[in-house]
Amino acid sequence: MAEPVLLRRVGHVDPTRLEDYLAWGGFEALRRALLRRPESIVDEVKASGLVGRGGAAFPTGVKWEAVARESRTPKYVVCNADESEPGTFKDRVLMEGDPFVLVEAMAIAGHAVGAEEGYIYVRGEYIRAYERIKNAVEEATRAGFLGDHILDSDVSFHVHVYRGAGAYVCGEETALFESIEGKRGQPRQKPPFPTTHGLFGRPTVINNVETLANIPPIVLHGPEWFRSLGPEDAPGPKLYSVSGAVNAPGVYEAPMSVTLRELIEEYAGGVRNGGRVQAVLVGGAAGTFLGPKELDVPMSFSGLRKVGAALGSGAVMVIDEQVDMWEVLLRLARFFAHESCGKCYPCQLGTQRQLEIVRRMASGRIRYQDILRLRDIQATMADASICGLGQTAGNAILSGLRVMGLDVS
Amino acid sequence: MHVIIDGQRVPVTEGMTILEAAEQVGIHIPRLCYHQSLTPAAICRLCVVEWEGARTLVPACVARVQDGAVIHTESERVRRARRTILELLASTVDLSEAPDLLAYAAELNADLDRFADGARREFPVYDDNPFYIRDYNKCVLCQRCVQACGNDMQFTYALTVSGRGFYSRIDTFYHAPMPETTCVFCGNCVAVCPTGALKEKGPFPSPQSPVLDARPSEP
Repeated sequence: MAEPVLLRRVGHVDPTRLEDYLAWGGFEALRRALLRRPESIVDEVKASGLVGRGGAAFPTGVKWEAVARESRTPKYVVCNADESEPGTFKDRVLMEGDPFVLVEAMAIAGHAVGAEEGYIYVRGEYIRAYERIKNAVEEATRAGFLGDHILDSDVSFHVHVYRGAGAYVCGEETALFESIEGKRGQPRQKPPFPTTHGLFGRPTVINNVETLANIPPIVLHGPEWFRSLGPEDAPGPKLYSVSGAVNAPGVYEAPMSVTLRELIEEYAGGVRNGGRVQAVLVGGAAGTFLGPKELDVPMSFSGLRKVGAALGSGAVMVIDEQVDMWEVLLRLARFFAHESCGKCYPCQLGTQRQLEIVRRMASGRIRYQDILRLRDIQATMADASICGLGQTAGNAILSGLRVMGLDVS
Repeated sequence: MHVIIDGQRVPVTEGMTILEAAEQVGIHIPRLCYHQSLTPAAICRLCVVEWEGARTLVPACVARVQDGAVIHTESERVRRARRTILELLASTVDLSEAPDLLAYAAELNADLDRFADGARREFPVYDDNPFYIRDYNKCVLCQRCVQACGNDMQFTYALTVSGRGFYSRIDTFYHAPMPETTCVFCGNCVAVCPTGALKEKGPFPSPQSPVLDARPSEP
């Protein structure tokens, strides 16, 4: 396993001390970025091939370019730190272990797109991450890495740290904006997209924590180096949150050529108690179950697409044969019914009916009609819901049934 | 500039919605939360159409035309989504006073009892003022009343959405009786309600009044 990029400092530095961050090369990327024209930074991020690590895999540089081209001001840079996808805890590790990197990356983003205000929206339950981030912002501001005239340049950038209140849907970017604006946390219909109408209706770059953590290394080492870190169609390092029935659950950094089997057997120490894999939920609750015969799939965006799954946030939940899959599916169905915001009908109604049907099936009454109903619900939510919550709310259920051998095709 | 809707070439202008473009050539796209005097909320998703090349279906009430776009308003994918939404809705609330929805359901061959084994949203009928009653057993959460009460018409903000998910409901702030809210009894919410959840009481009781008939009878 190669030298980590994203986890380089985690566990080696005191995350509350700016001195430690500086001793490990911190803020060098910002220093260099400030000497460069904003467009050249945007071009470099584009050339790196970095795509969003929050789940949607949108090209980061394209997003930045769109906001950089907007003439309306103010603009905003928002860090989506509302990591709520079940089984995902990579952003938490970064925020708790290396919080200054986020601050540095956001200041670089601000310079690149012409924004002077940034918001970090931290998941409500992540109290330690919130405190570390808040401390990092204060320390960086005191030392002149944030604020007016950063490092005596003509670039100014201020960061506000905002705590969420616990709703899963607020990880959806437009619901997150609504939440910061003080409204009900509900998604907006897109388009318009955040690049033109984001926070407070202004042009906004919104990036996931892990995405941003890639920015300082790209600025320091260049896009060629970044591309060399992964397969051609999936550049850069990736964090995987591996949990469930494995001997060593945790966050692992790997190139996206890594297979699911390697993550489970080599990184996470294999299935616990020498057991066997029954199913693996890839991508969290919004993701897809794969069966024991599908473990050799590469854990990249394109590799997983080929087997009808999605990398999403990079969550890998291993279910061994000791676990009752019905309990798992019931839990997932309950999660979506609980977290649906209720704004659009497919998700508001579909997640409830899905829960009721799965509950009946889990109690042993399995009827063919129920599978047909679940399929219609899933298709309708996927096709007609406003946001990603509803669009993915039926995937895990249907793919779980498939892995269990129930014909859902 | 033009779009192709169900095989028909339709001339359009910049900024027009698909719903408006379709209407021009007499294609009626089913809709529920949409109301011409209100900002489209795009939440009922009945007006979804298939836009070739788009990952998901798109709501015709807010999707703006693009030159050359190819749109299908009646494809099987579209009909499946509409049919399922109506089936889900019919198992949740009372649609007996929503003739438009029942007509759409019939046209789509929806089985309105398909999810009848599920939970329903049930409420007492709120009769707390002299002007109108609120029977949320018939409420489909289109939010037209909230919009009419708010920025789109009256700027009174007596109504809001409370709760979440399936158990969302139209409510007053702190669930206060209507006379204790900012409500000015303008009647706009009653006028835009599509399902009979809000009903005017009328100045005098009259034998013809459908309103009085709709009030709950003693068990």
